[in-house]
Amino acid sequence: MKTRVKKIIDKYHNDKGFLVPILQDVQKEYNYLNREALNLVSAFLEVPISQLYELGTFYKAFSLKPRGRHEMKLCTGTACHVRGVPLMKDNIERILQIQAGETTPDLEFTFETVNCLGACALGPILVVDGEYHGNLSISKTNRILKKLGKKVKIDEES
Amino acid sequence: MKKVKTAQELKSLQEEIKNSRDPEKPCITICAGTGCLTYGSQKLVDNFRSEIEKQNLKGKVEVRASGCHGFCERGPLVVINPQNIFYQRVGLDDAEEIIKETVLNGQIIDRLLYVDPVTQEKILHEDEIPFYKRQMRLVFGMNGNIDPNSLEDYLAIGGYNALIKVLNGMEPEAIIEEIKTAGLRGRGGGGFSMGLKWEATRKAPGLPKYIICNADEGDPGAYMDRSLLEGNPYSILEGMLIGAYAIGSDTGYIYVRNEYPLAVKNITIAVEKARELGILGKDILGSGFDFDVLIVRGGGAFVCGEETALIASIEGRSGEPRAKYVFPSERGLYNKPTNINNVETWANVPLIINKGAEWYRSIGTENSKGTKIFALVGKINNTGLVEVPMGITLREIVYDIGGGIPKGRKFKAVQVGGPSGGCIPESHLDLQVDFDALSKVGSMMGSGGMIVMDDRTCMVDVALYFLKFLEEESCGKCTPCREGVHQMRLILERITEGNGKEEDLKTIEWMGKAIIDGSLCGLGGTAPNPVLSTLRYFRDEYEAHIKEKRCPAGVCKALITYTIDPELCTGCMVCAKICPVEAATGEKKEVHTIDQDKCIKCGACFESCKFDAVKVS
Ligand SMILES: Cc1cc2nc3c(=O)[nH]c(=O)nc-3n(C[C@H](O)[C@H](O)[C@H](O)COP(=O)(O)O)c2cc1C
Repeated sequence: MKTRVKKIIDKYHNDKGFLVPILQDVQKEYNYLNREALNLVSAFLEVPISQLYELGTFYKAFSLKPRGRHEMKLCTGTACHVRGVPLMKDNIERILQIQAGETTPDLEFTFETVNCLGACALGPILVVDGEYHGNLSISKTNRILKKLGKKVKIDEES
Repeated sequence: MKKVKTAQELKSLQEEIKNSRDPEKPCITICAGTGCLTYGSQKLVDNFRSEIEKQNLKGKVEVRASGCHGFCERGPLVVINPQNIFYQRVGLDDAEEIIKETVLNGQIIDRLLYVDPVTQEKILHEDEIPFYKRQMRLVFGMNGNIDPNSLEDYLAIGGYNALIKVLNGMEPEAIIEEIKTAGLRGRGGGGFSMGLKWEATRKAPGLPKYIICNADEGDPGAYMDRSLLEGNPYSILEGMLIGAYAIGSDTGYIYVRNEYPLAVKNITIAVEKARELGILGKDILGSGFDFDVLIVRGGGAFVCGEETALIASIEGRSGEPRAKYVFPSERGLYNKPTNINNVETWANVPLIINKGAEWYRSIGTENSKGTKIFALVGKINNTGLVEVPMGITLREIVYDIGGGIPKGRKFKAVQVGGPSGGCIPESHLDLQVDFDALSKVGSMMGSGGMIVMDDRTCMVDVALYFLKFLEEESCGKCTPCREGVHQMRLILERITEGNGKEEDLKTIEWMGKAIIDGSLCGLGGTAPNPVLSTLRYFRDEYEAHIKEKRCPAGVCKALITYTIDPELCTGCMVCAKICPVEAATGEKKEVHTIDQDKCIKCGACFESCKFDAVKVS
């Protein structure tokens, strides 16, 4: 781990001014900000660990907990909101039995909301593992979750 | 590319590129903006490229993946030149047919043409489509003509002419005067004069001076800055170069939202290519002027779009704003004079330098000059990015450009300005849109998000939506914003749950005023706007929630019930099959019913009924 973290820090020339991008890269490398990596960043750059936690909790892009195998991001931008996304959010939460922002205990799913994906013409939008599902509906969320192995009632014909 | 050492050399290079291009050579432009990419347009680009190979047309037919064309609703979009034929909703497998029929044989493929929904006429060219006809695409229109990763493309359409003009002997003061005269106001929300800000930063003591391009674009429902960065990053760099020269700055920052990977990629490539060519770096074009740009990715916090929070974030701290007793123009990044402008504002600069302040002044209204790009979204037929002259009416935007409300439903309001903005009702549809007119009706220009709402949108719910967003995004530094917005959210939530009290509306009103007056930065300072503006124009909806425990739009879960209309139900059983809690039941071909005790109001039956038999009340 030491060399991997060092490599990231080297990329930014050991510059403390780049703490946020450094943490972004750490998060990318480990899929979350794990304690050990943060300790290393703190030691290499000589910044207090508290400062890293301050950043880690302030910015939405960071996660201090491990993330699920499947990443689901639901757009809750204003355009998607008025097109009925709250019902789809409730539906996904009900089926996964977690709230938005959480990961299922079996580490299968992380479900989050995002503030606008800038593809409003296709709203509502759900991004599953990087793949966009536009013109989302409740039944579409059902079908997507069923494909990913959840038990969901769907109407076969539609 | 070889480094150019003088303005003259750059000019010759430009000419060389222009002359080497045959305007009659067939060119297929595929929109690869975020909207079209979501439809899969990257695949389409690949298909065109491999088809060109297959048919041995390499070198004879150009394929260009361009930035966003704005008409996201009809994507993927393809334009065939030189005839300028506009195809929409192009299928991923249509590449072969388009090359064979249109490019080689000049035949039009009817099914890919845009059909005017009113006249049912098929339209051949982009600029004849009503969506584009009423627009004035000065800043955004270039997107369609360039591949964002090709500096040559930008040069071929006269890119960097403004930079050449400036370095060829325009004094910094003269540039500032030109921008001031043009009357360009900041497009990031505040609407402050760009020229005055430049002047203040130039005059401020202290070196180095910094300039920043604010590309944080946190408003959920606006994506014009992203599309500019993705589609035409060079024009933003050109604007920044001119600004830096005028202000006397040698370092610029572009602060981009981390959620915009394509924008980050394209601007990074643009910066690298500009360095290679020698228009970024030391002694640019032999003028003695040094300037370079750093790209910083944001961390996903709305408040970081606020300038002082953004500066804190670049410095590696949490993005908390500070009180602005001293403006960034005097003490900004690392306590040095700093000029910060929005993406779209920067993109206007080359235009003004090229065509002159007088020309620019001729567009727009008394105190708002030029054009503005709006993200026209929500319950609207033609979702997309539209660039219009200031002073156009809301009605023209919503109906002529936007094509009205889907499914013939009734227009209720348009929310302008994002979380800081306000809802504007039908009675103000003839409002001439500019900075001052929007403020007057309780809204604001903000980032330029324009969310259209119909009779199925609950205004209390919309206000609550924005409050939740702002509560989440409030950085927590000052009390009025942190606690005030939270309390207001609780009250609104109570109202949507049917537990509102009559005095709540008064409480909200005075609280709103207190939050506006007491907050440290613009986030809190405008946070009550969505609530106050809906209360101003849609008080009856609030009252219906409180007094009658009724949500007229049928949105607020606690106040609605789903029932089945026996007249319309055919007994198809779809609702029964899909209902997750077995509340909807019934035998085949018999009228179904919904058990209200079991119903969790998930809306699945309403959505899936093909006969509109499920009713919300
Ligand atoms: C809460 C908040 C969020 C903001 N977000 C943005 C933003 O995303 N993009 C932007 O350009 N300006 C944003 N601003 C405005 C900036 O503070 C600043 O006024 C602007 O970048 C100045 O550029 P301009 O004069 O070219 O508009 C925001 C302001 C506030 C108070």
